[in-house]
Amino acid sequence: MRRPSFVVYGVLAAFVLGSAFPLYYSFLVASRDNEALTGDFTLVPGGNFFSNAARVLDTIPFWKSLANSFIVSGTVTLSVVLLSTLAGFAFAKLRFRGSSVLFVFVVATLAVPTQLGIIPLYMAMAEFGWAGELEAVIVPNLVTAFGVFWMRQYLVDAIPDELVEAARMDGCSLWRTFWHVALPAARPAAAMLGVFTFMQSWNDFLWPLVVLNADNPTIQVALEKLQSGYYVDYSLVLAGTTLATIPVLIVFLVLGRQIVAGVMQGAVKG
Amino acid sequence: MTALLTRPDRERVEETRPRYRLSTLDAKVSPYLFVAPFFVLFAAIGVFPLLYTAYVSLFDWELGADDAKFVGADNYMTLLGDSQFWNALFNTFSIFVLSTAPQLIIAVLLASLLSANLRGKTGWRMGVLLPYVASMVALTIIFGNLFGPQYGLVNDVLTAVGLPAIDWQASTFGSHVAIASMVNWRWTGYNALIVLAAMLAIPREVIEASVVDGAGPIRRFFSITLPMLKPTLIFVVVTSTIGGLQIFTEPLLFAPAGGSGGGSVHQYQTVVLYMYQSAFQQFDLGYASTIAWMLFLIVILVAGLNFWLTRKSVR
Repeated sequence: MRRPSFVVYGVLAAFVLGSAFPLYYSFLVASRDNEALTGDFTLVPGGNFFSNAARVLDTIPFWKSLANSFIVSGTVTLSVVLLSTLAGFAFAKLRFRGSSVLFVFVVATLAVPTQLGIIPLYMAMAEFGWAGELEAVIVPNLVTAFGVFWMRQYLVDAIPDELVEAARMDGCSLWRTFWHVALPAARPAAAMLGVFTFMQSWNDFLWPLVVLNADNPTIQVALEKLQSGYYVDYSLVLAGTTLATIPVLIVFLVLGRQIVAGVMQGAVKG
Repeated sequence: MTALLTRPDRERVEETRPRYRLSTLDAKVSPYLFVAPFFVLFAAIGVFPLLYTAYVSLFDWELGADDAKFVGADNYMTLLGDSQFWNALFNTFSIFVLSTAPQLIIAVLLASLLSANLRGKTGWRMGVLLPYVASMVALTIIFGNLFGPQYGLVNDVLTAVGLPAIDWQASTFGSHVAIASMVNWRWTGYNALIVLAAMLAIPREVIEASVVDGAGPIRRFFSITLPMLKPTLIFVVVTSTIGGLQIFTEPLLFAPAGGSGGGSVHQYQTVVLYMYQSAFQQFDLGYASTIAWMLFLIVILVAGLNFWLTRKSVR
């Protein structure tokens, strides 16, 4: 196959620059002081980023919200990967009555807009005394239909039936078969599911906004508090968005290759 | 002799029987235990809240109040005559169309560029996926600033090239375009990769055969590539329908002072935003549940319709 012309590269480069620009722009604004915003636009950052970042730390509980986001996303990711692999393994390799009907049900629930149930969910959380607590944003996300679907699709081909049979013959319980056979085999797909779940949980907004409060927020909720109010100090607010973007950007630079592969595989398998 | 032989045998039978029973129990019950967490959780946070939403919608139910009054279909009657609801529904669909249609076209074009034999393939793919990983809240705040009516960069550029500045927050169409552009910016690269994956899965023989038959690149694109992308395009349209009709973060944070009203005259208030305002700012849980339940039915209806239409038209 011959190499494409420079026009293709040019169009792609323009698209990628456009993709990155808003993020760079947020850093640009964050590096100036607020009065300088009305002046002429330049692409050179100013020298105030660190003082603006320091003001962010004074205005919102930044470190606490960052830690909260890590706790929530980390717990949710571990749980989703483990429970989805468990269910995915059962649907892929175990024979049990009603399994195909149950799996169709899982696929169907992918399309259910569960977000629209937040009103009773909020009432229930208030009843449990979980309103304002991290449990409220962790527990509803412990396992997802997408995760179960994704792991099932992967494990169908990844584990030979003979291997499961052999483990059974050797007297392995199903749980041990899962632990020693399925879980190691699931590793590549589980890693991708982990990355996606983490990002999704990290960016989750509506439900955390409803159920958490300003003293104990996740990073997204804290950012929202930073910009609410009639007078907006944009160098402050965008310093906040820049700070909050840095962790995701690092994850993307390290795991970008896997994330790309995950998006593309999801398309073919799904 | 016989006694000597049978004794250990009997012992073995007694020893293996419970274990055998345990293992059939294991084979029968364990699969259900493995899938149970999903079904239990889905019942608790998916099915129950949605059904309970329908129940609450039949009451005059204030947040924190002790007595909820049963009002039957009153909330629904109010909703049907509520111009703010119809306005929110219009805004939702307008933003949805403005974001889905261009996004799909650009994603397909971008995917065909990416399917070329590029140097540094992964780098380009990562480049177009960058917006997908950035946080929606951060992006919305950034875009709100870019589209700011006074000092926004977009208006600076417009006036620099001699066009009139647009009040992106106050005008209905302007605010819809601005909000749709956030959605497009975030999802186009992601969808391009999905389409790309489907493109790369098209068997090479099919393409080669069409080349032999003398089809040019454009003919090939419309007669081979596009029809073979059909299932993927259906998938993309259905998922962006389900997501797009529930759009919330972008309109909430678009303008700093806009809040859950979606602008001074609700010019960009969406249905989920209206639900949020009714429930958590006006504390009218009954009415908010009515809005939620209506939107639930609309999402299911439109997703089904979409599925049916795209399947027919891309045939």
